[in-house]
Amino acid sequence: MKEHSGYMKALKCRECGREYPLTANHVCEFDFGPLEVAYDYDRIKKSLTKAAIASRPKTMWRYRELLPVANDPTVGLQVGFTPLVKADRLAKKLGIRELWIKNDTVNYPTLSFKDRVVSVALSRSRELGFDTVACASTGNLANSVAAQAASAGLKAYVFIPSDLEQGKIVNSLIYGANVIGIKGHYDEVNRLCAEIAGKFGWAFVNVNMRPYYAEGSKSMAYEIAEQHGWRVPQHTVVPVASGSLLTKIQKGYQEFIKLGLVPQTKYAVHGAQATGCSPISVAQKAGLDFFKPVKPDTIAKSLAIGTPADGFYALKVMRDTNGAAEDVTDDEIRDGIKLLAETEGIFAETAGGVTVGVAKKLIDSGKIPRDDSAVLCVTGNGLKTLDAVVGHVGKPREIKPSLREFEALITNEEKVNA
Amino acid sequence: MPKKVRIPTPLRKFTNNEELVEVNAATIGEAIVELQTRFPGIQERLVDEKGEVRRFVNVYVNEEDIRFLKNKQTPLKDGDEISIIPAIAGG
Repeated sequence: MKEHSGYMKALKCRECGREYPLTANHVCEFDFGPLEVAYDYDRIKKSLTKAAIASRPKTMWRYRELLPVANDPTVGLQVGFTPLVKADRLAKKLGIRELWIKNDTVNYPTLSFKDRVVSVALSRSRELGFDTVACASTGNLANSVAAQAASAGLKAYVFIPSDLEQGKIVNSLIYGANVIGIKGHYDEVNRLCAEIAGKFGWAFVNVNMRPYYAEGSKSMAYEIAEQHGWRVPQHTVVPVASGSLLTKIQKGYQEFIKLGLVPQTKYAVHGAQATGCSPISVAQKAGLDFFKPVKPDTIAKSLAIGTPADGFYALKVMRDTNGAAEDVTDDEIRDGIKLLAETEGIFAETAGGVTVGVAKKLIDSGKIPRDDSAVLCVTGNGLKTLDAVVGHVGKPREIKPSLREFEALITNEEKVNA
Repeated sequence: MPKKVRIPTPLRKFTNNEELVEVNAATIGEAIVELQTRFPGIQERLVDEKGEVRRFVNVYVNEEDIRFLKNKQTPLKDGDEISIIPAIAGG
């Protein structure tokens, strides 16, 4: 009897189209191309209507037919449906007619978009019978695997570069996960994990479970489209590390168009990188369809992937949608974080500073026209990367608990500001 | 003196499940040809029609990506360790 697999049909190689069974496997054995989940869209179309979606709880699982689990999810049922915030004050600063922030700084449970992919990966890992999960991470993913594995009673091993921000390290340790710090940058952690995954029978969420895991990112696109009034925004600016999120946001929009949930309109997907790790941005600006790996050196550690796994596909999405890429320096990243905080009251991590900084550049250069509307994907919370801004945001002014001292301080300040 | 090549799981069917094989080649390009001579069929998995290393195949010499070295022309010396790693995942 054929095993029940929900709305999934097979794993399919993105390069050559060869099909594989729905197991824990991410590589085509013929050309080593990445495997991707293929779905039965005819069946999905019958079940996933706007009315059906509207009747379901406000989480990413309201689009369940388009997420790769065979049965109902069992991990991370509360994840997603984060606010889409109309950012009028930031729009004014950046000089654009309309601006929205997709605010994944408040995603559940670990305050980054990684909660989406981990919820899918761990639900599927359980279906496939794993009791140990693992990942290679720049921090946010490690936090989410550690937390969600704890809540599901799974054993977790997370591998991170040993020089990560304190906040991200503590945020993995607290859940009792096995945290392994690797003396090297992320690409080296990744290579080691590829070798470990071949030896140990674990569910590595972004290695052998990657075809399922990566699909979780599509939920961000579904939510944006629904919250934006069932239409794809004219511009979406997405931070690029491995290029997976950008690629899956495009897939999410395309699926909604294919299913008739949103009208087919013209839209662009843009990529945001840090100048200290910008293989995709450099290639896109040079008009290339391939990139040269780099050694990262940036405060945006969550984006510090020098050998982006989905780099080719991210470049293709930008080509196909007429999107652009840009990159910003460490100072511009901090300015972006501060600008978003001061105008919208949203404290983003460094990747958010990258997205805001790049949006500013794309608007100034006319690649995002000032009369258009744009959505910025802000993917992680600033409390996790305090190290990046400490010393750049001033200090509290200290006084004794005395009204006289406070009045002196205020008077002084008024003189300075006068 | 030979160099060691670490074979990834999907290619071990060519090497009788050997995880580590030795070659005498002087460059990465020559090592691929030498592997093909001993394990027919393996070359096609590593390089495309134009003879270039496939874009989802990552080759490392002593932990360094050959794209930071001289790609297929990367020289090999005695005792070097070569790793072939499919479709770097992650992210």
